[in-house]
Amino acid sequence: MSPALSVVLCIVLLVILMIVGGLLTWVERRLLGLWQDRYGPNRAGPFGVFQIFADILKLLTKEDWIPEFADKPVFVLAPAIMLVAVVAPFAVIVFAPGILITDLNIGLLFFLAMSSMTVYGVALAGWASNNKYALIGGIRAVAQMISYEVFMGLSLMGVVIIAGTFSLGEIVERQQSVWYFAYQPVGLIIFLIAGLAETRRLPFDLPEADSEIVAGFHTEYSGMKFAVFFLSEYVGMTLISALIVVLFFGGWMGPFLPPILWFVVKTAVLIAFFILVRAALPRYRYDQLMELGWKGLLPLTLLNLLATGAVVLAIGK
Amino acid sequence: MPELLIDGEKYQYEDAHKNLLASALSMGFDLPYFCWHPALDSVGACRQCAVKVYRDENDTRGRIVMACMTALTPGLRASIMDPEAVSFRAGITEWLMVNHPHDCPICDEGGECHLQDMTVMTGHNYRRYRFDKRTHRNQYLGPFVNHEMNRCIQCYRCVRFYRDFAQGSDLDVFGWHDNVYFGRAEDGMLESEFSGNLVEICPTGVFTDKTLKRHYTRKWDLQTAPSVCEHCGLGCNTIQGEHEGILRRRYARYNPNVNGYFICDRGRFGYEYVNSARRIREPMIRGRTASNRAPAAEGAVAVNQMGNTILPSEAAESALEAKDVLARAAELIAGRKVIGIGSPRASVESNFALFSLVGAGRFYQGTPASELKAVRRIHDLLSSGVVPGASTQEAASCDAVLVLGEDVTNSAPRLALSLRQASLRKPEAAAKAEIVGGVQSWDDAALREAVQSERGPFFVATPAWTKLDELDGSPFRGAPDDLARLAFQVAHLVDPKAPAAGGLSAEAARAAERIAAGLRSGAKPLVVSGSSLPLIEAASNVVQALRSGGLDARAVFTVPEANSMGCAMMEGEGIEAAAGAVERGEVETVIVLENDLARRLPRASLAKLLGGRARIVALDHLANATTEKAEVVFPAATVSEGDGTFVNNEGRAQRFVQVFNPRGDVKESWRWLGLIMAEIAPDRRNPWPNLDAIQAQAGAALPQLKALSGIVPGAGFRAVGQRIPRLSHRAASRTAITANVTVHEPPPPVDPDSPLNFSMEGFKGMPPAGLLARYWAPGWNSVQSLNKFQVEVAGILKGGETDRLLFPGLGAARAPSYSTALPPAFAPADGELLLLGARHIYGSEELSNHAEAVAEVAAKPYVAVSRTDASRLGLAHGGSALVRVRGEELALGVVVKDDLPAGLALYPVGLAGEGYLELPAPAKVGPGRVGA
Amino acid sequence: MFSNLRTIWVMFLHAFAKRVTVQYPDEKRKLPSRWRGRIVLTKDPDGEERCVACNLCSVACPVGCISLQAAEDEHGRRYPDYFRINFSRCIFCGYCEEACPTYAIQLVPDYEMGEWRRKDMVYEKEDLLVNGQGKYPGYNFYRVSGLSIKGKGKGEAENERPSVDPRELVP
Repeated sequence: MSPALSVVLCIVLLVILMIVGGLLTWVERRLLGLWQDRYGPNRAGPFGVFQIFADILKLLTKEDWIPEFADKPVFVLAPAIMLVAVVAPFAVIVFAPGILITDLNIGLLFFLAMSSMTVYGVALAGWASNNKYALIGGIRAVAQMISYEVFMGLSLMGVVIIAGTFSLGEIVERQQSVWYFAYQPVGLIIFLIAGLAETRRLPFDLPEADSEIVAGFHTEYSGMKFAVFFLSEYVGMTLISALIVVLFFGGWMGPFLPPILWFVVKTAVLIAFFILVRAALPRYRYDQLMELGWKGLLPLTLLNLLATGAVVLAIGK
Repeated sequence: MPELLIDGEKYQYEDAHKNLLASALSMGFDLPYFCWHPALDSVGACRQCAVKVYRDENDTRGRIVMACMTALTPGLRASIMDPEAVSFRAGITEWLMVNHPHDCPICDEGGECHLQDMTVMTGHNYRRYRFDKRTHRNQYLGPFVNHEMNRCIQCYRCVRFYRDFAQGSDLDVFGWHDNVYFGRAEDGMLESEFSGNLVEICPTGVFTDKTLKRHYTRKWDLQTAPSVCEHCGLGCNTIQGEHEGILRRRYARYNPNVNGYFICDRGRFGYEYVNSARRIREPMIRGRTASNRAPAAEGAVAVNQMGNTILPSEAAESALEAKDVLARAAELIAGRKVIGIGSPRASVESNFALFSLVGAGRFYQGTPASELKAVRRIHDLLSSGVVPGASTQEAASCDAVLVLGEDVTNSAPRLALSLRQASLRKPEAAAKAEIVGGVQSWDDAALREAVQSERGPFFVATPAWTKLDELDGSPFRGAPDDLARLAFQVAHLVDPKAPAAGGLSAEAARAAERIAAGLRSGAKPLVVSGSSLPLIEAASNVVQALRSGGLDARAVFTVPEANSMGCAMMEGEGIEAAAGAVERGEVETVIVLENDLARRLPRASLAKLLGGRARIVALDHLANATTEKAEVVFPAATVSEGDGTFVNNEGRAQRFVQVFNPRGDVKESWRWLGLIMAEIAPDRRNPWPNLDAIQAQAGAALPQLKALSGIVPGAGFRAVGQRIPRLSHRAASRTAITANVTVHEPPPPVDPDSPLNFSMEGFKGMPPAGLLARYWAPGWNSVQSLNKFQVEVAGILKGGETDRLLFPGLGAARAPSYSTALPPAFAPADGELLLLGARHIYGSEELSNHAEAVAEVAAKPYVAVSRTDASRLGLAHGGSALVRVRGEELALGVVVKDDLPAGLALYPVGLAGEGYLELPAPAKVGPGRVGA
Repeated sequence: MFSNLRTIWVMFLHAFAKRVTVQYPDEKRKLPSRWRGRIVLTKDPDGEERCVACNLCSVACPVGCISLQAAEDEHGRRYPDYFRINFSRCIFCGYCEEACPTYAIQLVPDYEMGEWRRKDMVYEKEDLLVNGQGKYPGYNFYRVSGLSIKGKGKGEAENERPSVDPRELVP
């Protein structure tokens, strides 16, 4: 691929991600409304879709306030780190044959590396705000994300064992016959849960737990900085969904429709599932979260990895 | 300490001379009662304070008794919570409530009603009575007290206070069985000067404050602060309540050293001058009116709950205005020959501020030299300890009284109430000794039954009839000098070393012997005096003579105004000297502090002072003759609106705390003077940014003022890190009160001078006694909650001192130093009468004259002559007379008094609109009108 | 774990349930008469103001949005000189109505009181007073209280005996 095309694709991807992030703010509220027997934003424009622009307008015109007591450079930097950390992994996602930025042979590792960067954003935001709620939120986020990262990575290793590669493009190619969710159901479920925790979505939104610590790490944020946090949450959700599609649901593959459309549809369904989980489940308690992670999912992941390895060894190539 | 058992718990009690009810309340129990009052003691009439007592530990049934009629005995076993006692009390309340009307919402007592509290306390919350209620017609009782007889629960407290305690005669109980009626024989103003106390005494809303009714506010909405009454020299303690920028009412503040539970009606109802339309509210420069704004229509001026203006434009304008006026004042003062005239109704701090602005030697006392001399003499006698004083409350414990030349009821009203108690001390003591087995001192009915109409040694020696005459079988009448001679003779009879007054009339000699014997028969005799120098000397001789005889004799000297004593503690000549200095052209600018010179200078001198030879800078509350002539006028805060200290007649320094921020740019005089000094000073530094600073400076500059600091905790004091709220925790409507002006609630102003808050936020516990802003305790919304603030019922307040006695008083026994300044006997000059000043409780005091209710009953000018003189001069009662006195001609209505000795005439002093006359003075009185 | 899955499934099924949202302002609900909306001051059966300015609503108000001043006519009848409710602070809790001893202050089923300026949400007595008795017809405080007003002297209210003559000594 020519560098020029790559750059164009990068820009297009960025724009699309921003649009998707924005759109999701509306989609999420509409879907939550649907599942909770109400409407959600339905006033501005057709189906209330202009709510997005109303929100953007509102956020842009709000006072962009930095507290007197905050650590200013870090305070400004934190949301940027967040966004970069969730946008960067899209570089290795294969959307469709030929529609990709780069297919690194360590694509999966790159994703894992970048996604663990988001913890810096959250932790720094909590620290720089110099606010007790923000700090509690930040510390919770660090503990939660470090804990879940362990088996998030491990849960994917089953796929890697089966595919024998870290390159996402090749992993999709290997799913020509059978999508990996059939081989790795346990891996899928664990990654799904870990993905929820990594994106701090309900039921694992302890770092911002509005009912206990105001808004957690972004308590002190307002205006566009606040919006960037929100955007990165939605982009992060998109990223996890896209990755699940790539790793477990055959990426772009599917009959009749063009590959890129298949990819979009699969991702959308997964995003909808994320939202459904939010609509349905209440927030876990902190100890429950940690217990689930360390006592439940981590052993399960290791078992899964062991079993996968054993089967692959037994069957051979 | 002896112990008793209440509900099985052991309690220790100190004072065995208390009854069980008082002790239980002191111990913190909530025991309901109606007829008992700490100052009126027990009669056991209402049956509300029923408790059970047990004979011994084997007695399980016990018997119900009235706690207020039960003496404390060591080992007493009582139960308050016994179910039978509880239901007995509930039953009593239900019976009392049978005829009580359904009108709490429109009752002024609502929210601070003892009956409401007791009804809740006994648990009677549902009226089972379904039949018709008894009703009563109300009476008109004058402009002070409102009557609503339907609400009466027949506790008899009103008549017990009015007749037994205050010894009034025109309020009584009529009718019988359940028709008893408490009122007067016919409509009319209550005669007692203490009728206002019925408002607090009545446990429900039969007697309520009529002045409060005009601008009614519930107790919980009042912004209150501890204050001191400014209407006479006794300095009774008050609690003032404000709401929405209007001073709503004044109640007695308990102070065992001064006024106890009660205050007089002038003090209680004279507060309305603070709301007067004559108030000066903005600084003014002559020629340029207060501000160029049109006068705001009533109610259009925006004030928030704390009373401060909140219209931003208005605030800005008024700040600019103040700056200009200050600059103008500085121009008139800086580098010029300036004198200052102080005021006995301004605080010590304000007088000191003026003193340091003009400098020693240029500061003049705001009082005539004659008055100043008398007060200085009182100060010297008391401060040197030659004559030990007594507080107003302590006077009530004296058992033999000589009133020398003072009409106490009119010049220092609250003292008269104490003297009436003093007249009972001896007969009470005798009754206690006489009755077999003794009678408890709290057993009011028994004691009064034993005393009947007996009175202790009580002697009144005055020029004319006074209300206290009724306590003396044969009051002595004479001219002031003759009274002084009489007292000199009394002193001589008590102690022969004291100079005798020869040449007394036979009547006077007999009186002197009677008085000397009477005073000597007491253990703690008291002499009350104060109006003129010879009488003060005479009183001092009597007290010293009695003390040399080993008696604990005391003197109470009345002084004319709230801070007369505080002023006398500072250097400065009388006001005539100031007028003289102006006349001689030695003065370019005169600063007049809270003083209407027209009330203190004869017309001629006044014309010299205000005639334009010197520029006048005036600070005052109300527009008057002086502010009219002033070039620059600053609006001075009243007692209710500012902080400061008064020193009362006994030498007791008492701090008053600002109650509210008034509408307009009103500040304490000392603050204005500080701002003027900052304007003049090269570094523009305000010498005293707050009260603590000026008190510290006053103490440093004048050692005698050192004791002013720290009477109550200073502005930096915090109770558990919090200020003390001026508003109750239930204060309502703070988001609506100024919403018609702005929906943004302004922050409450910060008080730089005291640790009190202009809001409901702050410390909810027991504040220091001197900062006690209101009486409230859980379950006790009425003034009766005071019990919770006293160490023991009717004892001292919890939380330290409220005031400070500047003169140590009782020193070691010392040899008497008798005065020999015996005045010559009074000889009526040919064709002339000696015109004496007569004081009136309503009318003789400057500020209260501007209070609506007091003005309604204020005395009108008159001249009183004896019957002999009337017939000699051809004057008839009700006719008119022409009085020529000190070069002035007055046309006055004639009052003929039988009791007035021939040769004397009376003229009421200090009435609104009347000029100053230096009295006593010889006067030519004859029939006729001015110009006729 | 299973309950979590079941919850997700149940929530999913809710996609096909009827929505409960009422599309205000396109459609409006019929409100019950005891709905706590706008506050009014009612009048008694004689057509006089019921409010006697007792201040109980004001002190009961948890946000302190009611302010008034008591006044009295020449016959002794109490009424509020001014009566102000700051609706920009009101939380429509109804405590004022509960505290009112004369049924004067009542909350009515009207909530459409939005304004562009907060200041316009401050209602004075003229704005609050309505010409009717509201939810409690027939009650007249002065007919049961002992105070005399114009046209009703002492002893003329309900359940009252004629006034006592204190000079009467007949048992």
